[in-house]
Amino acid sequence: MSKTVFPPSINSRPVYGELEVRPGKHHLMIADATGAEAILDLAKDAPADLWAKTHIIYIPKDTGEKYTGELKALTPAQMYVGPSYEAAKQRVTDTFAKAHMGLQVYLTGTEGVMGQAMAAAIAAGIPHTAIQTEHRGSTARRMQCVHCKGITEDVTTDPFVCSHCGLNLFVRDHYSRRLAAFQGVCIDAEDPGNVPPQVEVFK
Amino acid sequence: MSAGTAKINVTVAEVKPINDLVTRFKFVRTGGGELPTFSGGAHTVVEMQDGSTTRLNPYSLMSDPADRGAYMVSVRRDDEGRGGSLFMHNNVREGMEMVISNPVNLFSLDLRAKKHLMLAGGIGITPFVAQMAQLSHTNGLFELHYSVRTASLGTYAEELSEQYANKVHIYHDDQNERIDLETLLDGQPLGTHIYVCGPKGMIEWVHKTAEELGWPREAVHSEEFLAPASGKPFEVKLAQSNKIIQVGEHQSLLEALEANDVDAPYLCRGGACGQCETTVVECDGKLVHYDHWLTDEQREGGKLIMPCVSRFEGKTLVLDR
Repeated sequence: MSKTVFPPSINSRPVYGELEVRPGKHHLMIADATGAEAILDLAKDAPADLWAKTHIIYIPKDTGEKYTGELKALTPAQMYVGPSYEAAKQRVTDTFAKAHMGLQVYLTGTEGVMGQAMAAAIAAGIPHTAIQTEHRGSTARRMQCVHCKGITEDVTTDPFVCSHCGLNLFVRDHYSRRLAAFQGVCIDAEDPGNVPPQVEVFK
Repeated sequence: MSAGTAKINVTVAEVKPINDLVTRFKFVRTGGGELPTFSGGAHTVVEMQDGSTTRLNPYSLMSDPADRGAYMVSVRRDDEGRGGSLFMHNNVREGMEMVISNPVNLFSLDLRAKKHLMLAGGIGITPFVAQMAQLSHTNGLFELHYSVRTASLGTYAEELSEQYANKVHIYHDDQNERIDLETLLDGQPLGTHIYVCGPKGMIEWVHKTAEELGWPREAVHSEEFLAPASGKPFEVKLAQSNKIIQVGEHQSLLEALEANDVDAPYLCRGGACGQCETTVVECDGKLVHYDHWLTDEQREGGKLIMPCVSRFEGKTLVLDR
């Protein structure tokens, strides 16, 4: 179960589980913000030799230095700390390109980062059902505008204004695994300007 | 009734002994014309009129999927079996007219894979022959590791080694050569899928080893058709058709249904596909499951049976057919 209880939705909406250690010669953990807590929780029952086979990619975001020390103390074989998923992307892609079968992938934190890392893992050839995820922290969504195709990160309200084309978009639960984004659809197409009040639904 | 698959009238164009155990049969469409297209790993169910008995055995298509002019299957003779393979070996001659089903694929390549790692044991080579032909048309990356008893019984081992040099690795049992599976799996690039076809023990070994090494379940594919097991004769009542039928010692439940004009669905006839799944209405006795379709919970539940391979021991069995 995820720490955030998401209301029941349509089938395409991702569901998240709880990370557990699985057998494998190499382990890749990608986390952002409070996702670090999921890794630290996993560490409580993890075998001692796990960390020597583990590569952690961590994006602290607004948590600053809070978890970095504790993650380093796990003594992973490799650890990267970076400012954004964009900044870490090249490392993620490169890690998958050089990886072998048997690699275990653990994703935790916000939906945006888990989704993008999962898309990279799928493109590298890992079946999506074999990738572990655990949601932690903000429920803000990565949204694609279905009209201009622009992506707006960390959307917390419904409706919201597309950061690319300026349309008023309704937040749908329809999810694209390829884009790692939910879909936003114009809410006032037939009656321009008739926009319901913005509500902060994701925090 | 084979669900969703039409029958094809074919003529035997060639019967070619490959070695002491295996014979290859080539079928062309009776009256000419192309056969339906298929993908590597597909099988066809061959109907055999053996006196008053109709035998229906599934065989993997081993011809090139790009060649729609003919189908080829290779049949390993089983002297201890129920008679299907012996019929093929002893009775089927060039020029004979036969009926086969449209191809069905329960062992297809996952074309999302970046590399295909194939493991074959004995006659389990046949689906791979078609798959390798298919992949070589598209420059697909593959590797075959093929375990045979002896060089003389290594069906197609020599031909394949020549045709796909550097991609085919043969292991001879009599020379104590074994596939070093752990080393083989270690270091395979991300996106590799495993395909295994051979004896039950080999399939289990591959699944278990891959799982221990952290391979995703979805990246390991296997195929094993079971011959229906013999057992004590039993009686079955059919709720829908209101019949009581006897299942003989060497007859499968599905064959007994068919012999009594019950139109039961099937596809693989080997316990693998799930098409013949039948609801058990009443059961006073023990269901003897041989399939690899039902889950352990479903078996314990006692409400389902696969008539193509599974049997019953006890007093009363009522099925929803």
